[in-house]
Amino acid sequence: MDNGCFSTPRRDFPAGLRVLVVDDDPTWLKILEKMLKKCNYEVTTCCLARQALNLLRERKDGYDIVISDVNMPDMDGFKLLEHVGLEMDLPVIMMSVDGETSRVMKGVQHGACDYLLKPIRMKELRNIWQHVFRKRIHEVREFENFESFESMHLMRNGSDLSEEGNMFALEDMTSSKKRKDVDGKHDDREFLDSSSSKKARVVWSVDLHQKFVKAVNQIGFDKVGPKKILDLMNVPWLSRENVASHLQKYRLYLSRLQKDNEQKSSSSGMKHSDLPLKDVGSFGFQNSADKQQNDASIDRYNYSEGTLQHQNMETKSHESNPKGTVPHSITAEKVKAFVPLESEGKNATFQSTMSTTQYSWTEIPKTQLKKEQKPIVHPEDNFNLLPLHGKQHNIQVDQSQSIASISSTPSIAEQDVAGCIETKPRFADYKKDYTSSVSSIRSSVDTFPFQPGNLMMNYQPSQQAISTTNLGVKTQSYNNLSCISDLESYQRNLLFGGEAASAAPLDEDLYFYWHNMNFGQQSIGMPEYYDPGLLTEVPNHLYDSTDYSVIDQGLFIA
Amino acid sequence: MDRNNSRRQVAAMKQSLFDQGLLDEQFIQLEELQDDANPNFVEEIVTLYYRDSSRLISNLEQTLERNPLDFNKLDTIMHQFKGSSSSIGAKKVKAESSLIREYCRTGNAEGCRKSYQQMKKEYVALRKKLENYFQLARQAGPLERACRPK
Repeated sequence: MDNGCFSTPRRDFPAGLRVLVVDDDPTWLKILEKMLKKCNYEVTTCCLARQALNLLRERKDGYDIVISDVNMPDMDGFKLLEHVGLEMDLPVIMMSVDGETSRVMKGVQHGACDYLLKPIRMKELRNIWQHVFRKRIHEVREFENFESFESMHLMRNGSDLSEEGNMFALEDMTSSKKRKDVDGKHDDREFLDSSSSKKARVVWSVDLHQKFVKAVNQIGFDKVGPKKILDLMNVPWLSRENVASHLQKYRLYLSRLQKDNEQKSSSSGMKHSDLPLKDVGSFGFQNSADKQQNDASIDRYNYSEGTLQHQNMETKSHESNPKGTVPHSITAEKVKAFVPLESEGKNATFQSTMSTTQYSWTEIPKTQLKKEQKPIVHPEDNFNLLPLHGKQHNIQVDQSQSIASISSTPSIAEQDVAGCIETKPRFADYKKDYTSSVSSIRSSVDTFPFQPGNLMMNYQPSQQAISTTNLGVKTQSYNNLSCISDLESYQRNLLFGGEAASAAPLDEDLYFYWHNMNFGQQSIGMPEYYDPGLLTEVPNHLYDSTDYSVIDQGLFIA
Repeated sequence: MDRNNSRRQVAAMKQSLFDQGLLDEQFIQLEELQDDANPNFVEEIVTLYYRDSSRLISNLEQTLERNPLDFNKLDTIMHQFKGSSSSIGAKKVKAESSLIREYCRTGNAEGCRKSYQQMKKEYVALRKKLENYFQLARQAGPLERACRPK
């Protein structure tokens, strides 16, 4: 029975729970299969992570939960975990014979809903259904939260992205939270209602996601909202709720990617915190970040990025200037990278990553990055530092832009660099918590004169600092790009390092993933995305950072 | 009579495997999983284990022959070996695997090699005993239901 539509659990729930088990150890695979069958679950086994991903993608709604070993030959279990979480949003249980705290922690950080130690007892498997159930409940709640935040955002639409704006955002959070509390008692009822009326899980195909991102870009980050996106997307069967939850997930994903990226980079030994862009290390960091991002971004952005990558790869990827190639692998990474920047170094890295990624993503089809540059630059706005804006989407676009700028070797004013560096420290304490980031950004914002507005904007050499600040915000990506271009000279390492790095470390996996990401469709659909016109518009559309931060904060608070 | 005898022998053999610390609770779990749908489940699992562990052992020996010793690689293989051994409850083998991993962590090549020799001994001994056990069990008739060691 198909439990994809969790309108009402099966009468004999959790019987028939569809479990996918992934383990390279054939002995364990067989044991687990037997154990799960004894629990009356529907079991599918596979011994390769890639195979698992294929299975999951083929039947998007075909599984309820995934159990995977941490150590696998073809792919790191944590990577798989992220992919699954982002792409399919399924609960994932990790298992391993190694029960070290650090490993378990890593699992949880990557989104595992449980971590089992081998040898696994059957009684541990009996209760895995709770994770499926819990997730469904949370989905409904998240959506409700999002809705309230959304309306908040719309109310604030167009408001200045100044500190006041941020404050306002915070206030909104509280008020919306209050509102939620008031409605709390309705939650259960709503849950039941929505769960009963909940449609089958929407499969966000590459095309659909492309439309989504396009719409977001068109609307503009400031004003993005599910209704508007929905209207623009013009997909009759899609509901506002679908769009809303997708938007939220998208943002979460990006932030998680970035966070993960940070972790990876730090673990890779590249601590760039004290070394701003100049450090070659950041370059390295970027690489690792890229890699991470690639993996992570692939998840969400797959649709587009995957396609992009794919395309790029086919078209020019490597032959074209390194930047081109790099970006494209980086894009995925970058997006992630921009998630809250904890250190300056990270900022730098992200920036480069961002630019690269975006570039590749959008630019590649265009062939010459440089060419793109022109349309992309928006002299006026440059950096509206919306500290809060998670411009994850922007990142994508920005990257293309930034890439363009990068290639064009924008002149980087000394002070820009300085500005960037200055902003960095502020980000040092940027945490996932947007509230804090907001404050940090706010301060950095003060430093730089920028116009509130689309953060995404482009690329304004003078505004670099701002972009850096933005980096503090989740979606720095966009800013990063601009920043990077501006700071090119001093961020050379980052940029080029990143680019070079991006070219170099182009993860085999990444390519592979992108391939897979296409969900069977040759990303060809993406090309339309590369419209230069689109690029110009991009800055605004990417993510409404205000929205994002609001929501994030909301999520935190809630 | 004969059958009862055989069965008693099988039970005794199994008991001794536990007493000697060669097997642990996991083995019982496997026996509990055995049912009409999979009447030879335990033996199938153990056979899978033999196959997998043999492969890992040859990897291990290759790795151990190299100089300088690649600790990372060794650790990776040992991790797999440990996981594999945990699947059937090979207690001593598992413990030795952990020891080797410790030596890998500290970069003690000598320790690794010595431990490996010990582990291999345990592995071979266990395998032999299990093969005897299953042979006896087959002769005695359908395997008894899982019973906890005293």
